[in-house]
Formats: sequence, C-alpha cells, structure tokens
Amino acid sequence: MAAALFLDAEPWVDWSWVSTHVPTVLGDLGQHVELTVISLAAGVVIALPLGVAAYRWTGLRLPTLGLFGAFYTIPSIALFALLIPYTGLTTATALIPLIGYNVLILVRNVIVGLDEVPRDVLDAADGMGYRPLARLLQVELPLALPAILAGVRVATVSTIGIVTITAVIGFGGLGALILQGLIESFHTPLVVGALMGVLVANFADVGLAAGQRWLLPWARSE
Amino acid sequence: MSFLEQVWRWFGDAQHWQGTDGVPTRLAEHLHLSAESVFIGALIALPIGIALGHYGRFGNLAINVSNTGRAVPSFGLLVIAFQVFGLGDGPIIIALTALAIPPMVTNSYVALREVDPDVKEAARGMGYRELAQLLRVELPLSVPLIMAGIRTSAVQVVATATLAALIAGGGFGRYIVDGLATQDYTKLFAGAVLVALLALATELSLSAAERALVPRGIRLQRAPTKRRATAFKTA
Repeated sequence: MAAALFLDAEPWVDWSWVSTHVPTVLGDLGQHVELTVISLAAGVVIALPLGVAAYRWTGLRLPTLGLFGAFYTIPSIALFALLIPYTGLTTATALIPLIGYNVLILVRNVIVGLDEVPRDVLDAADGMGYRPLARLLQVELPLALPAILAGVRVATVSTIGIVTITAVIGFGGLGALILQGLIESFHTPLVVGALMGVLVANFADVGLAAGQRWLLPWARSE
Repeated sequence: MSFLEQVWRWFGDAQHWQGTDGVPTRLAEHLHLSAESVFIGALIALPIGIALGHYGRFGNLAINVSNTGRAVPSFGLLVIAFQVFGLGDGPIIIALTALAIPPMVTNSYVALREVDPDVKEAARGMGYRELAQLLRVELPLSVPLIMAGIRTSAVQVVATATLAALIAGGGFGRYIVDGLATQDYTKLFAGAVLVALLALATELSLSAAERALVPRGIRLQRAPTKRRATAFKTA
C-alpha cells in the first residue's frame, strides 16, 4: 500500500508552487525568526539575573528550578490552550510559553556554569581586590559563558521546532506551511516548511557554535 | 458563572467520563500511543547507544545524527507520517518513535563513554570477559544517564502525542483541537489541564522510577554535568 501511495501520489515538491510562493515562504520564515529571536532575547534577559540570584542565594534554587521545570514539562499546545481564554489568539499567547521554556534551559545553565568556576579562581580574584559585582561581571560570568552559550544553543534549536506548533493558534512561521500542507493535503508546503525548519535549526546551531569559538577561544572543547 | 467555574463543571459532568470521547478513553489512547512509541524507540535506540559507547566508535557520528534528528519539527514529522502512511495509530506511533530515539541514543552513548577507564581496567584485571564486563560493570554504572534519557524521551513523547489530534488521532489533544475548532473554550481549557497533569505525572513518576532503579552503590555519585545536554523539548 505504501508503494502504491508513493507511486500514485503527487510529487513531494511541486516546483511551480515554490516559484510562485517565494514571498509567502519568506514571510513565514521571517515570522519564524522573529518569534525565535524575541523569545530567546526575553529568555536571556529574565534568566541571567534569575540564574545569578539562584546561584548566590541557594534557597532560591529549588523554587526557581521547580517552578520553571514544571512549566517546561507542560506541552506548548496545552499552555496555548490555557492562555487563550485570557489573552486570545495574540502574540502574547504564542510567546509566553516559548519564553518560559527558554528561561528554564538558560537558568539551569547559568547556575551550572557559575557552579563550575574553580574555587581557586574566586580566591585569586578576591585577593586581587575585586569587589563582588566586579568579580561577578569580570571573572565569574566570563568563565560561565561556555555553559551559558551551550544553553543558548539548546534553547535555540528547541524553540525553532516549537514555533511551528504556534500554527495551531494562527502564527507558526514555517509551521503555517506545514498546517497548510495538512489542511489542503498538499505535499509541497509541508515539505518546504519542515525542511526549512530543519535547515534553520541546524544553521542557527552551527552559527552559534562558530560564534562561541570566536568569542571564547579558550574554551574550544566545550 | 465564571469561566473557571464552567471548567470545574465540565470535569464534574458525568457525560465527560464515559463513551468514546470520555476522559478514561482519551487517557487510555494517549498512554497507549506514548507507551508503544517509547518502547519501540528504546528497543532501537538503547542497543545502538550502548554498543557505540562500549566500543567507543562512531560516537560523533551518532551524536551528530541525533542532533540533526532533533531539529526536525515534531509537528512536521507527524504531518509527513500522516500523508505518507494515512490515518490511524500506526503513522502516529512511527512519528513519535522517531522523536523518542535521539535522546536515548545520545544518553546511553554518553553514559557508557563516561564509565571510568580505571574501573574497566580493574574489571579486566579481575578476569571479567568482555560481555560480563559490559553487563555487570559498565551497564550498572550507566543506569542513571540511560534512565535520564528514557525519561526525557518519554516526557517528550507524551507531550508530542497531544499533537496527534491534529492528524485525527486520539488522546487528550482531541479536547484541545476540537475545543479550538468549535471555539468551546471550556473544553479547550479542560483538555489543557488534563494534558498538563498527564505531562507532570509522567515526569514525576519516571523520576521516581529513575531513583529506585539506580544501584545503591552509585547513588551518591554526583550527576555528570553532561546531563544538562539532555534538556530538550519537542512540543
């Protein structure tokens, strides 16, 4: 049956559709990148101070990681559904879950990164007369950067995948193409959407890895 | 009547607890799809990860394939499986199995690689043959990370199984997708609550199982930092 499906079915990519729909695809790609970048940027802005605070005051760790960990466990489509009665089909409904997920990944990596700074280095910094804030900004955070950037990479790849699901609430970026392929039973937008999703995720991952090597030449192995 | 009261009434309504669209049926569908996918995924992923980790070959290849694999959007994978194989549980399980495999391969590979070489040498010195060394030394020491991989996979599969409703599958996702289609926000919200509770219950019960299965002798060991690499979300 599968063979029959393959033989009878329409071609997987109808190039004439692709050539006439370049603006649509680029628009969806733009929305995809926009949702990804906003949720990552907001995630970093929230997670950095939160992670530092949870590192300093160990009492904050369990509640922070527990709260965001529970949020992270809940599937995005369920969070959209929980938000819709209150925020409707708005960008906020799409972004709040994505931001929350990124906060968890990043907070955890900020804490791990700061935890891994060797005690000797901290003692040396204290001995050289660094005040707490300067020590944090100039010694601890730079040494925690490899772990933090590893978190950014995981968060980026995972966000790019989840953004497609926002198609269900009228956004979706490339997910809108996947949904169109589903509704119209038309392979081309589905294949284009899914394939571009994989490409964008891998491109972002490789790009961030290269950025990390350039930014942190001393941490090549991470 | 406030919105949350309506949701509360939805849960209290006996009609929602029986028949093909009742909560018990949807729960059974959701668990069936998830369990079968994780089980088949484990049968494929664990031998690969364990063998690669034990022999220490092709590891980078396995990890790279896994990393590329997890960049495939779960939603796209489900729709592709639907269009290639048609309606039914089979296509859904194929897509979910494909999602379950990468974390389990990566984790079991890393787990076997991280076994202390001194321990392996000691095992050889004590006269363990290769298979005995793998089964009685390396595997017990790898249990924490392997279990973490199974948990990560299972939680993601349960989460992603919600999307099966988009390709006419069953499970709790039905309430969300149907509620959205008919603008029945009470049903939508109730479905979301059920999905959230199921996801949290899966995470908590598998964490408990993980703790119970870790050999007593290595329970005090610090979790390897590589563990942070297991955080991954597909839905």
